[in-house]
Amino acid sequence: MSKKLMKGNVAIAEAAVIAGCEAYFGYPITPQTELLEYMAQRMIELDRVFLQAESEVAAINMVYGAAATGARVMTSSSSPGISLMQEGFSYIVASDVPAVIVDVMRGGPGLGNIQPSQGDYNQITKSAGHGDFHPIALAPASVQESIDLTILAFDLAEKYRTLVFVVVDGAIGQMMEPAELPPMREVKKERPDWALTGAVGREKRVISSLFMGASELELMNQELQTKLAYIQSNNEARYEEYLTDDADLILVAFGTAARVAQTAMQHLRREGLKVGLFRPITLWPFPSQRLSQLTHTANTLLVVEMNAGQMLYDVRAAIHDRIPVHFYGRMGGVIPMPNEIEKKVHELMRLAENTDELKEHQLSIKAQNGHEFLRM
Amino acid sequence: MNPTPMIAPNELLVYARPQSLSDCYTHYCPGCTHGVAHRLVAEVLDELNLRERTILVASVGCSVFAYNYFNVDACEAPHGRAPAMATGIKRVNPHNIVFTYQGDGDLASIGMGEVMHAAARGENITIIFLNNATYGMTGGQMAPTSLVGQKTSSSPLGRDAAMTGYPLHMAELLSGLAGTAYSVRRSLHDARHTLQAKKAIRTAFEMQLQGKGFSVVELLSSCPTNWGMTPDQSLTWIKEQMIPVYPLGDFKVSE
Repeated sequence: MSKKLMKGNVAIAEAAVIAGCEAYFGYPITPQTELLEYMAQRMIELDRVFLQAESEVAAINMVYGAAATGARVMTSSSSPGISLMQEGFSYIVASDVPAVIVDVMRGGPGLGNIQPSQGDYNQITKSAGHGDFHPIALAPASVQESIDLTILAFDLAEKYRTLVFVVVDGAIGQMMEPAELPPMREVKKERPDWALTGAVGREKRVISSLFMGASELELMNQELQTKLAYIQSNNEARYEEYLTDDADLILVAFGTAARVAQTAMQHLRREGLKVGLFRPITLWPFPSQRLSQLTHTANTLLVVEMNAGQMLYDVRAAIHDRIPVHFYGRMGGVIPMPNEIEKKVHELMRLAENTDELKEHQLSIKAQNGHEFLRM
Repeated sequence: MNPTPMIAPNELLVYARPQSLSDCYTHYCPGCTHGVAHRLVAEVLDELNLRERTILVASVGCSVFAYNYFNVDACEAPHGRAPAMATGIKRVNPHNIVFTYQGDGDLASIGMGEVMHAAARGENITIIFLNNATYGMTGGQMAPTSLVGQKTSSSPLGRDAAMTGYPLHMAELLSGLAGTAYSVRRSLHDARHTLQAKKAIRTAFEMQLQGKGFSVVELLSSCPTNWGMTPDQSLTWIKEQMIPVYPLGDFKVSE
């Protein structure tokens, strides 16, 4: 198939359709409304299920219901809507029911704005709802990758019977890029053996997340934790790296921030600085192993995010603080520019020449921002 | 499946546990009308031969374990969300019979949005709504359906209309929506009314079978434990206190 110019939101929607999504339940919220609007037309065209719910709360519960019957189903929203859906996420994961959620992140907290951000990282990877769980989280950085990862999301959700997020910032949702769509897949007709289909000639099935006894619920939690550990160990972590072989300083970023960091890296390389980029594609499972390996050759990491520092802590944990980890971020929906990152790298490299100056600088930054910087 | 009762050749089996009701004990209090409502629904499912096609969406309240008591495929919704889950199930599986079983806290308070919109959209599902004017499971707090003056654990001096408004009449409210095909209120306080309730439940499921739209049966129910009454007193309370506030009747019946 040839490349077409496509908007991120629309590409994600069509990718879901191609993956065999049978039902879409959503609600308008900027900057992902185009996804809903595209589905409104396309799903009806293909005689599949589309419904605009009365709220995100209702939408996620419609997803839960349909998913409990074994259908491939998804919803999409943006940060404030994702917050509303968190109750549903917790129930869905607790009942081992697969579903795909698209979060097109916008500026927060609160009503925030409709500009792009990466402010939901912690929400998605750490606290997608009450209780001990988290979903698989895929973070594309381009329209093409959004297509590929949306299709992967449905496969992973079904394979592990869990929640999979496709996480982009508003810029990726809104931007138009040339991309290729894979061929249409057939919608599956057979239902899995755990699905609610009506107890025809068999014992009834129950999909619930209620386990009243403490030991019963502990057992269920152990099974869930085991499943998550299995996903982590089963080579599901994905990443991309650029010029890391000889890099002294490695930029770590995902999504749009990674694209900006990549440009900065290229500029810095032209100046003769040995800078590389590590781009996690799965935010969970986090590609800790590979990142950790890189700390044996690099001597500094600079995490670049469009938030106050969220993936920063996963980076630090992944490498056990073996080398210093610095941070550069913009909030409020501001996208950092390459020259800001370059300036930060220059600052770090200049400071590295003078250890005392660096220590003082770190202490003053800590006092200003409350961010923790490591001593060299 | 329930075992078939053993009878001798000269005996006639006139009553057995419905196949749609699981062969187990329930946890309901003595005098609670949940048991009655469960049996009525189960009998209707058996009579209409719907058991194997049916999916139940249980809700949060005393009936939270309804999925144990009904012999059908079932799921458990978050509090108030059962009509939304039912919508998702029915839209993808229109051939299944989908019903929710909800109390007044679940449906008329936290779930108000979900039930109103499911009705507004004319979702082809059936709602069995047990109204006992209280939050039973959590210990008898005031509900949006509690009567003015009713003492509850969160309105110890009696519900004060000036502070907390008036009881919500869900059967009437839902009947005003164009998508609602059937909205009625019945009571479970004596045998005659119980039989009338069963007829209404049957009509509601028939509406779904005929694809007529949203159907709801509101059933005035007892909660002796939280009302601080004996089972007998609670049935009297329904008749003498609840029915004057919540008149029985048919508020919408589609052709």
